[in-house]
Amino acid sequence: MADPRLYQIGVLTGLLVYGMGWLDFDITIARAALLLATVLVTQAVCDRFDGPRPANVKSALISGLSLCLLLRTNDPLLAVVGGVLAIAGKFVFRYRRKHIFNPTNGGIVALLLVSDRVWLSPGQWGAVAFFGFLMACLGGLVVNRASRSDVTCAFIAAYCALLFGRSLYLGEPMAIPLHRLESGALLLFTFFMISDPKTTPDSRAGRVLFASLVAFGAWYVQFRLFRTNGLLWSLAAWSMAVPLIDRLLPGERYGWVTARRPQKFSWLPASAGSPTAAAAFRLKPEATGLSRSTQ
Amino acid sequence: MKRTVLVLILVSMGAWSAPTLMAFCGFYVGKADTKLFNQASQVVLARDGDRTVLTMVNDFQGSLKEFAIVIPVPTVLKREQIHVGDKALIDHIDAYSAPRLVEYFDDDPCAPRFLAERAAAMPMAATAPPARMADARSRSLGVTIEASYTVGEYDILILSAQQSTGLETWLRENGYRIPAGASEVLATYLKQNMRFFVARVNLTEQTKLGYSYLRPLQMAFESPKFMLPLRLGMVNANGPQDLIVYALTRRGRVETTNYRTVKLPADMDLPVFLKDRTEFGRFYKAMFARQLEKQGSSVVFTEYAWDTGWCDPCASDPLSSDELRRLGVFWQEGFTPVDPRTRGTFITRLHVRYDAAHFPEDLVFQETADRANFQGRYVLRHAWTGDSSCSAAAGYRSSVRDRQEREAQQLASLTGWQLNTIRTKMGIDKPLPEPAAWWQRIWKN
Repeated sequence: MADPRLYQIGVLTGLLVYGMGWLDFDITIARAALLLATVLVTQAVCDRFDGPRPANVKSALISGLSLCLLLRTNDPLLAVVGGVLAIAGKFVFRYRRKHIFNPTNGGIVALLLVSDRVWLSPGQWGAVAFFGFLMACLGGLVVNRASRSDVTCAFIAAYCALLFGRSLYLGEPMAIPLHRLESGALLLFTFFMISDPKTTPDSRAGRVLFASLVAFGAWYVQFRLFRTNGLLWSLAAWSMAVPLIDRLLPGERYGWVTARRPQKFSWLPASAGSPTAAAAFRLKPEATGLSRSTQ
Repeated sequence: MKRTVLVLILVSMGAWSAPTLMAFCGFYVGKADTKLFNQASQVVLARDGDRTVLTMVNDFQGSLKEFAIVIPVPTVLKREQIHVGDKALIDHIDAYSAPRLVEYFDDDPCAPRFLAERAAAMPMAATAPPARMADARSRSLGVTIEASYTVGEYDILILSAQQSTGLETWLRENGYRIPAGASEVLATYLKQNMRFFVARVNLTEQTKLGYSYLRPLQMAFESPKFMLPLRLGMVNANGPQDLIVYALTRRGRVETTNYRTVKLPADMDLPVFLKDRTEFGRFYKAMFARQLEKQGSSVVFTEYAWDTGWCDPCASDPLSSDELRRLGVFWQEGFTPVDPRTRGTFITRLHVRYDAAHFPEDLVFQETADRANFQGRYVLRHAWTGDSSCSAAAGYRSSVRDRQEREAQQLASLTGWQLNTIRTKMGIDKPLPEPAAWWQRIWKN
């Protein structure tokens, strides 16, 4: 099996091209190039000082592409800061050799906290059903290969229950929660961000709990506090609880699979941190569906 | 937590029969001759932090005694939070932010070049209580009159209700024609503990004040919600409705978070026959409709995004600080911008054409940090029509024809109009006469 991150990079690139070409995403080619260069350089520098080991290009690209899809600012310098924060955050915020925040999520939330000159455009995707369907299929592919579909499923179930539950309580037509679900932003979050196997709890029970908490937090931010970006705020907040969930509900640590160089550390997701972390992986292929694991 | 206003229904009230619930936000502005969009509403939202000042202009066309407006609000508004504004302010903000034509005049190709520029605005937006009610009856319906004010020419009641059916009955008994389906929508807002702001024209006060039209109602409130309701107005809507939102903010551009916000195509050369006001109106409407179709209908268009301190070119003078304050910009006092041209307040003009099929939920907005300028600017380039005969003239005429052909194609692509019809209107449907041969130019006489 090929490294699932390659699929992820392909899908994210496709989305970015589609968004820039057809949906008028508010990002230029130059800005995308700047962001990607920033994350790659930051990753290389961090890997060098943390390893040393070869730069984890794939992981950095995933973060960079996600930032291109989500982060908006008029100031190129802030875009650079966002890229640096996303990658550096993986090396700074760790607990027991596991990084706390999904890089893109952490980078964006940190930037939103320190600057009022950045924003996200959750509406930029529109609600074209075809687009959502396509994303779901592609995303599902990635998630399954990354063996973390339980997080995605639990999150969707919990979030749907909250959305439909609220509309049922208020007596709203079902077109309203359905429209809210037909959101590219939600699908991107569900299939590409919350499912990040490097930041979710180790045990299945933990992951289901985590996904439910994130869904509730996102719902609360959107429908009780009436603020935007509830998904990102909630994921960042509950990510800090993952070490506790891992302690209460321990499980096997996850490691990415690569096709060609399973014994080397160059494939390590940025999140994996150090070789020591890799040594801690004890995957059970039969349990995870992965044909090869790393050691 | 304070939550606020935001569900608006426009209701017409008939003295002799049940009035009709009109489309929500049935507001318009602009002179009659500039009215492009029927059933267009206009709303100004001045917002900073959780504080919002909402100004609504309605386009009610009937007898004023038949007019009433119902605005569900989550809290009881005090008398001082309600104000009657000046319609001229809305006219000005419409003219200032309207899509604009810019003209350039080609010079004599045989003389040194000089460009003249003129901008022309195209304002687009055209865009009782029932006598005293028996308290006992109100109570029996679960409806409570929380407050009662007269503000300007409006009599205003703030109602609360326990059940939407009770509220619906109360409204019906008091002369409002509530269409089927409205009570279900009302119920969803009631479940969120909203109150209902009911205003109608006090004809005595109006006669005293001397106005023959409805002035905009304004209200100031504090709420984390930054949204506008569409659902109530769609209950018995007769086709899609246009809504123009002027958002005034401190930080930057406003966009919707639950629908795509897209900039309309702008900054392009178009045939000069569009200078005719009617033609420009036709063009803009056709372009809007075509872009809407192209983008899948569930989309909000940005027509203007600019610092309120200046414009380039100006379709109308920028609004003064005093005008902005009267529209609800409460944060400007003492503000000293770094750039003297700026005023620290940003305007976003959004244009929505909504119907139930494409806009199932209310519009939710967010203020972004984007201060990039955008305007609906369309350029007309007038060709030189003098009879210059230098050697550059022939080349110039040929280049003009190429340019006009591009303009025709651009227009056809934007509007879906027939290319040949456009060419005919432009007078370029016949080929140019063959240029004189070189030898003919030697012995002209």
